[in-house]
Amino acid sequence: MTLTWLDWLLMLVYFVFVLGVGLALKKRTTTSAAFLQAGRAIPAWVCGLAFISANLGAQEIIGMAASGAKYGISTSHFYWIGAIPAMVFLGIFMMPFYYGSRARSVPEYLRLRFDEKTRAFNAFSFALMTVFSSGISMYAMAKLLQILHIFDRPFAALGLPPEYIFHVCIVSSALVVLAYVLLGGLSSAIYNEVLQFFLIVAGFLPLVYLGLRDAGGWAGIVATVPPSLTHAWRGFGSASTSPMGVEAFGLTMGLGFVLSFGYWCTDFLVVQRAMAADSMAAARRTPLIAAFPKMLFPFLVVLPGLIALSAHPIDQGQVGQVGQAGQVARAGGVAAGVIPYKVDATTNQIVLDGNGRPQRDYDLTVPTLLLRYFPTGMLGLGLTALLASFMSGMAGNVTAFNTVWTYDIYQAYLRPKASDAHYLWIGRMATVFGIAASVVTAYVAAQFNNIMDVLQLVFAFVNAPLLATFLLGMFWKRTTGHGAFSGLVAGTLAAALHHGLTLPVGALTGVKGGWLGQVASYPSEMAQNFWTAIDAWTVCFIVTIVVSLMTRPRDEGELAGLVYSLTDKPRDAALPWHRRPVVLGIIVLAATAALNLVFF
Amino acid sequence: MGLDVRVPLGVMFAIMGALLAGYGIAGDQSIYTRSLGINVNAIWGGVMIGFAAVLLVLASRHARAARGGGRG
Repeated sequence: MTLTWLDWLLMLVYFVFVLGVGLALKKRTTTSAAFLQAGRAIPAWVCGLAFISANLGAQEIIGMAASGAKYGISTSHFYWIGAIPAMVFLGIFMMPFYYGSRARSVPEYLRLRFDEKTRAFNAFSFALMTVFSSGISMYAMAKLLQILHIFDRPFAALGLPPEYIFHVCIVSSALVVLAYVLLGGLSSAIYNEVLQFFLIVAGFLPLVYLGLRDAGGWAGIVATVPPSLTHAWRGFGSASTSPMGVEAFGLTMGLGFVLSFGYWCTDFLVVQRAMAADSMAAARRTPLIAAFPKMLFPFLVVLPGLIALSAHPIDQGQVGQVGQAGQVARAGGVAAGVIPYKVDATTNQIVLDGNGRPQRDYDLTVPTLLLRYFPTGMLGLGLTALLASFMSGMAGNVTAFNTVWTYDIYQAYLRPKASDAHYLWIGRMATVFGIAASVVTAYVAAQFNNIMDVLQLVFAFVNAPLLATFLLGMFWKRTTGHGAFSGLVAGTLAAALHHGLTLPVGALTGVKGGWLGQVASYPSEMAQNFWTAIDAWTVCFIVTIVVSLMTRPRDEGELAGLVYSLTDKPRDAALPWHRRPVVLGIIVLAATAALNLVFF
Repeated sequence: MGLDVRVPLGVMFAIMGALLAGYGIAGDQSIYTRSLGINVNAIWGGVMIGFAAVLLVLASRHARAARGGGRG
């Protein structure tokens, strides 16, 4: 495909503004608190949009549309069950501890509540996870831009081989994110996340409109695709009939409770956005404000998957424009809408699954739709929106990484009593190191197929046990540091053990599981991930309780502001109704329940 | 907070909207077959300009109110 000057110009405008925001904030970023915590001076609505935008990385835009095409509207469970209740819980119950304790990070809260070793465990595992997530974002973007062939002509003109496109995309995206985070720190990342949020909506809303119109509306999609794809809960009575290979209990416990609450309530990447708010009330409203657009996001990111199944290629050459994958798909026939077959990059042959059937490259759902419906101009805007999503995901991870590295690893264990200017410098260096490490992990991520499944696996290892630690720590004053640490270690080991002993049907032993020997199999990778998370959480929960009961608790006076029963409850009565967290929470939960009923 | 993010956001959307709308009105009209015959550049460019105007008006009002509060 060929982009025109207008498409390039739109991308250029975006880059100018992204870097311009960083430059505008540079002179205000003179302390470590300003660089790493945004000075705790940002209004709730800005934090709220940044809260969801930091999560709206490549894995969301690409992965959710891919899952939408594979699993249908039930992918919305990642939002309606897998996000909204946890965001409401965070705003109403947990933010008072994070914000009120004056901890600068989630690991630091763990030090205040428990002890150093618990903080260290979380800080190191979280740092690894952010780098991994950021690497996935980079990999996804580079792979996509390579497959779209939009850089083929400029590279050919420069005499560079096409395989360099992947490397150049990774390095250049890393440099842009590095520049604006180095300039303005967390403030720059947050303000850019707001830009990216609106750009993503502006880029994808017309795509959904055109796709829906072409498909004959929702009724047209319902008439085209299998019924299991247009009902959120159909088939969830058992794992064998569920489109995701997991029954309602596994979905609700695994995704709706452990993974969802584990991510939204304890992952510093998102919690950091709320902690940057200018007041306790604003910090509590942040995840609730975010929940409203989040609730509607399935229509922006999941629906394109179903549209792609219903769409018809505009002409025989349309799918071929995606590149080699498309050309082979065209030769082999396009049976499922416009989603091309997956093609092995080295052999140029269609990839077959364990049953000898050709695999679809679901990760190409969104770019294929962009090519199908957008003329030049809107195509540039759509691609810019994609780039924005990649960068917001990367920057979110990098700003969380540099804070945890600086406060929870460097200041805590390497040099505790240095000047603030020194920590500011370390924060900047951590940004450089974090991005460099992300580049390395981007190449590791290249081995995986569905990005979302990989992320769920990582969250299951790290976040699932952590949720049990937080719930017990915040709501049971008897929980001890030894109990929390033992629980975290046991929970993480349980996750590894479960993954090592199980394998999804049709998968090969190795990164997909079964590396300790296979004792059980799951209908899908997603089912395996959910149950890995449930096991990890349960083991952490039980071990934490048992060890806590065997060890000496801290004095209650030391736990004020850190434990629910020993903390003054925020008083919301003086606030107008639309600013009260409980009221906002009830409204968004009721609306989410209604969406579940509509698409039941 | 120092920087009102509505300003860069509004200006960016105004520029992008103007580029899209301008191309939609003056450019080749045959490219819209793939967008179901809808001149999506002109329409969406206009929507983006309108959104930008709302943002900039809100930011301007906020700045005036802040200056007024500062004097008071």
